Amino acid sequence: METFKHLVNILAHPTIMLTVGMLVFLFFFPPNDWFEKWNRRLRLNFLWTKKGFYFVMFLMVVFFLFGLTDPNFSLIIKKPDNVPIIGLIFFVFIFLWISMNQALKNDNLIEAGEKPEEYNDPEDKVLVWPDLVYIEFIALILCMSLLLIWSIGLEAPLEGPANPAESPNPSKAPWYFLGLQEMLVYFDPWLAGVVFPSLIILGLMAIPYLDTNPEGAGYYSYKQRRLAIPIYLFGWMILWVALIVIGTFLRGPNWNFFGPFEFWDLHKLVPLTNINLSEIIYIKWFNRGLPENILVREIFGFLIVFGYFLLLPPLLAKTAFKKLHQNLGNFKFGFFIFLLLCMLSLPIKMYLRWLFNLKYLIAIPEFFFNI
Amino acid sequence: MSDKKKSNIFQRLGESQVWKSIIRSGIPRTRRQRMMSVLNSVFLHLHPVRLPRHAVKVKFTWCMGGLTFFLFLVLTITGILLMFYYRPTVEYAYTDMIDLGEQVPLGIMREIHRWGAHAMVITVWLHMFRVFMTGSYKPPREFNWVVGVILLTLTLLLSFTGYLLPWDQLAIWAVTVGSNMARATPFLGHEGPGAALLALGDINFVNIGSDVKFALLGGRFVGEAALLRFYVLHCIGLPFIVMILMAIHFWRIRKDGGISGPT
Ligand code: HEM
Repeated sequence: METFKHLVNILAHPTIMLTVGMLVFLFFFPPNDWFEKWNRRLRLNFLWTKKGFYFVMFLMVVFFLFGLTDPNFSLIIKKPDNVPIIGLIFFVFIFLWISMNQALKNDNLIEAGEKPEEYNDPEDKVLVWPDLVYIEFIALILCMSLLLIWSIGLEAPLEGPANPAESPNPSKAPWYFLGLQEMLVYFDPWLAGVVFPSLIILGLMAIPYLDTNPEGAGYYSYKQRRLAIPIYLFGWMILWVALIVIGTFLRGPNWNFFGPFEFWDLHKLVPLTNINLSEIIYIKWFNRGLPENILVREIFGFLIVFGYFLLLPPLLAKTAFKKLHQNLGNFKFGFFIFLLLCMLSLPIKMYLRWLFNLKYLIAIPEFFFNI
Repeated sequence: MSDKKKSNIFQRLGESQVWKSIIRSGIPRTRRQRMMSVLNSVFLHLHPVRLPRHAVKVKFTWCMGGLTFFLFLVLTITGILLMFYYRPTVEYAYTDMIDLGEQVPLGIMREIHRWGAHAMVITVWLHMFRVFMTGSYKPPREFNWVVGVILLTLTLLLSFTGYLLPWDQLAIWAVTVGSNMARATPFLGHEGPGAALLALGDINFVNIGSDVKFALLGGRFVGEAALLRFYVLHCIGLPFIVMILMAIHFWRIRKDGGISGPT
């Protein structure tokens, strides 16, 4: 048992969990033929069958029940404000399953040259009263009952009175912003707290204008939207929900990482050895001091960042995204690829940190400009 | 109509002058009455009269948009009740919270409001997820998706502003973490890149007493003024905008041709 808990503690570390998550993700949501081939071969679509549903639900329920028996883990999951996140984990899976299950059915129908399941004769309509009204009524009663049970069973938390002189450790943002707080580990606040959130909102708004694929409108499908769906799901499930889960359950005092079954030790020491790119290059490689001039000092960082945002897009337009570039035209494609690169910069920065202890690519603390 | 039916109490009620003055079409029994009852009611008239079959299935919409709206209504009602007891001052806020649980009859208003708010955040996400997976943002519904994204942002902000009001340790530190980011806003925050450029000689236009964080909190840190600002935004400012946007959202669903479906 102890070895199992120890194993989970190790596997839950973001380096392992996110790496495995991202790799597995592409096979479950194949963006191209190659991944789809493997998806077929490994029969991963089993997950979207009824058996797959029960299988995963069983595993999740057992895991949390087991977690309740552990003194450390149960402390975290029983915290009243964390209860909704456990609900979120289940709901995300349940609704992902519902949509993928229907999507695959429709994919098969469409492949056979038929209309998707949702299709019906335009003349054949049902009346809102009673057909819709009673469903709404039932949904409303169920929702209200659930909310009442939840409210009677679980008291809303109230901690000690506000004291500006004494900050709790860890101080966490409300759970729906924990993805942003997790981003703060890798980026400075001006990026993690301001620029990226704005880009997330802008990017979400831009989806209908950037996804010009006319197929798959008004019914569940996967194959016809092999680019849009994986990108969206990656952003939502991995960069949003998974980071919230990490932030809630696995971040303890001093925002250090703690495995689910690990004790939240206030004095856990994690060596801080992060260094900037300029220091790696000038001090480690060239064996000399940092140049005085800021631009000279940070030139390599600037080259990398500019290369990433200016050279990659035309390169991708000629190779991987050739068709997309033709469809969208220069302007829309440029915007799309900018948003995509921004989104991918988070996992990239994570790996730079994990592999090279890299703190900043560009570090100009004089102007609060660190990337 | 037979005499036997006339004697039915519901039938009699439905024919009475009072009932008919309120709900003109009587008790919806016939097809015509059913259609009229939707058409004549302010609330039901959010819906069209008839819908394609797939649109009323739970497995298509998951009812998520509707439940989000319902939770919003629950939050409005419980929120109004909470406002009877809660005073947004550093002196009273916390003790009013304790009284809400201990002194007020039916003291679960705070619970319903708090858990309902969490639930609403989750249902908005799931609703957006559904809309994405059915490709319902594609033309002609692009703009309604945009309205939806604004609603999502406002829902999160509503939740965030409400988080401060209990004025306990959880509240002020969560909001401190959140609002600390504002001071790093490029150009507009005093610790943001570029802010130093907005200066005339020695005078910084963007300083600790004039940046966006100051505007948000009404001070340099989370204190009395921040509490009042968050209270006003939470109870009046944001709900006001949300209601207008919801009206647009619902109107547009109808104007964009009703719920999406394959053609
Ligand atoms: C306060 C938040 C919101 C409320 C109360 C709300 C309410 C609704 C309702 C009741 C519907 C009818 C169909 C259904 O229930 O699924 C709907 C449809 C729709 N919603 Fe929302 N919504 C909200 C947020 C959003 C968000 C965040 C998005 C997307 C980013 C969005 C985009 C849409 C679109 C595009 C439709 C049309 C779907 C179709 O025709 O199939 N809404 N909304």
